[in-house]
Amino acid sequence: MIVGALGLIYAFIAAPDTIEDVKEMMAANADHGSEEVAVVENDIHLANPKHAEDSHIIAEEHAKTASAEAAHGEEAGRDNEHYEHLLHQLQNKPWAAVYIAAFFFFMIALGTMAFYAIQQAAQAGWSPVLFRVMEGITAYLLPGSIIMFILLALSGLHLNHLFIWMDPEVVAHDELIQNKTAYLNVPFLLIRAAIYIAGWNIFRYLLRRNSLRLDEATDDRLHKTNFKLAAGFLVFFLVSESMMSWDWIMSVDPHWFSTLFGWYVFASMIVSAVTMIALVTIYLKSRGFLEYVNDSHIHDLAKFMFGFSIFWTYLWFSQFMLIWYSNIPEEVTYFITRIDDYTLPFFGMVVMNFVFPVLLLMNSDYKRINLFVIMAGIIILCGHYLDIFVMIMPSTVGESWFIGIPEISALLLFAGLFVFIIFGALTKAPLLPKRNPFIKESKHFHY
Amino acid sequence: MASKVIHAIYTDDDLLLQAVRQVRDARYHIAEIYTPFPVHGLDKAMGLPPTRLAIASFMYGLVGLTVAIIMMNYMMISDWPQDIGGKPSFSFLQNLPAFVPIIFELTVFFAAHLMVITFYMRSKLWPFKSAENPDVRTTDDHFLMEIDAANHDVEKLSKFLYDTGALEIKLIEN
Repeated sequence: MIVGALGLIYAFIAAPDTIEDVKEMMAANADHGSEEVAVVENDIHLANPKHAEDSHIIAEEHAKTASAEAAHGEEAGRDNEHYEHLLHQLQNKPWAAVYIAAFFFFMIALGTMAFYAIQQAAQAGWSPVLFRVMEGITAYLLPGSIIMFILLALSGLHLNHLFIWMDPEVVAHDELIQNKTAYLNVPFLLIRAAIYIAGWNIFRYLLRRNSLRLDEATDDRLHKTNFKLAAGFLVFFLVSESMMSWDWIMSVDPHWFSTLFGWYVFASMIVSAVTMIALVTIYLKSRGFLEYVNDSHIHDLAKFMFGFSIFWTYLWFSQFMLIWYSNIPEEVTYFITRIDDYTLPFFGMVVMNFVFPVLLLMNSDYKRINLFVIMAGIIILCGHYLDIFVMIMPSTVGESWFIGIPEISALLLFAGLFVFIIFGALTKAPLLPKRNPFIKESKHFHY
Repeated sequence: MASKVIHAIYTDDDLLLQAVRQVRDARYHIAEIYTPFPVHGLDKAMGLPPTRLAIASFMYGLVGLTVAIIMMNYMMISDWPQDIGGKPSFSFLQNLPAFVPIIFELTVFFAAHLMVITFYMRSKLWPFKSAENPDVRTTDDHFLMEIDAANHDVEKLSKFLYDTGALEIKLIEN
């Protein structure tokens, strides 16, 4: 099919990207790995601050962390503990970078799945022409979630220190974490992760299969099945997504908790997902596919981008204001580190995720202009990457953060993989679900 | 003023939309349409200019935002600094998170209320105003289209309207 051919061409363009990125990523990782392992040994065998300092500077040159170097210079030779702390943070840095990028794209796929299920369960009349786009994006759910599981398992094997509660020594000296070990322990974490991942992927597989079979079917029975499946998925998703956000993100900071964290992550997830759907749709449309998609569909997607951006801000602010107001030490440290050490990304993401889309997408006519939707979309995606960055980095890397080669190459790696997989999946099925009972309404959708 | 108008009554919104397009294509002038509920796409079919209410609403929102900021600054910072929960009480910026909900609410309040009032004024609606619609059935299940008949042949126009599916055609002279 023509669709297949063009999609594949795109996929091939994306493929070299991924391989190069993989190499780059490996190189970056290898640099860090080898240098820093050496440094650990130095730290242990020679309690000589001078020596340790030298090794550190080497490691830092590779990590290109200018800020860390500056901090380092100031406190040079003061004590070894600080170096060890800094070292752990720097060792965490590439891992955290990979973790953030992996989670970001995984989150887009999962959010798209949720959005798709909402459309199915709500029997939406406007969106069926976009169903194949959404299904294509959810194709990344399986690889994305498996990567997340592997990363968690590697953390569980103590290959990195992203989750300090996984370190028995830390737990031994920490009463708060000790009280949480019934929930926060590696085997249970992995079991939970496996349950979520299996659940999401089974639902995704069934929905996609039924959607494809519906094209060939003679009655609408599969449509009803999909309706029930989508409703079931949403119930499962809302619980599992919330727990997933505690497990995979909130637990990097095991002392801190926020009761609306699941919602907050969900807001980030759904707005990135809708943005990604809009961007892919506009791209495919510009290549001459999706002939039935008109600017009213783009308008609706842009409305969702606008609305969910405000929803995200609402939750962001609710979380921030309550903690700021009550000023309880165990809670407020979370925001103090973020405001003091992460001033630019912390406030920058509010501008990118709220002020920019609100002002740009407020006008009804701009929501129909592809250029504006793309501009807002790119800013929103960058903003939500920063959001995840600010969730993970402060607790794993602390003040030695920097968006440098590891972060960007990890982002590119997963972006390449993501694009490769979703466009591969888009080529595998006709882009119009022709037997969907709402397809006629959707084709004529006009607002 | 147009002294002669024709009232054509329709019973279905899709039929009405179709008729509106035909009437406009035939270069007749539609003075007004009365419907029991908002018909989607009717404004576009009639060729009405897009509403500027959204722009007005945005400006009202900005007014609300400004009023709220000035008000909070005056009340809580400059006139009588209040120490609530040990928050810094002499700085607007450091107290900003506590003010954001109020700023937000007042923005919405101003935008919504002033927008509704503007809408009433622009559409000339006020309390105790007598109803303008010429036929009570337009409040139930009928759609009424008012067409200027001053410079047209009434017979021909009636025939044309009948063909567009009008249930009832009335000539009104005033």
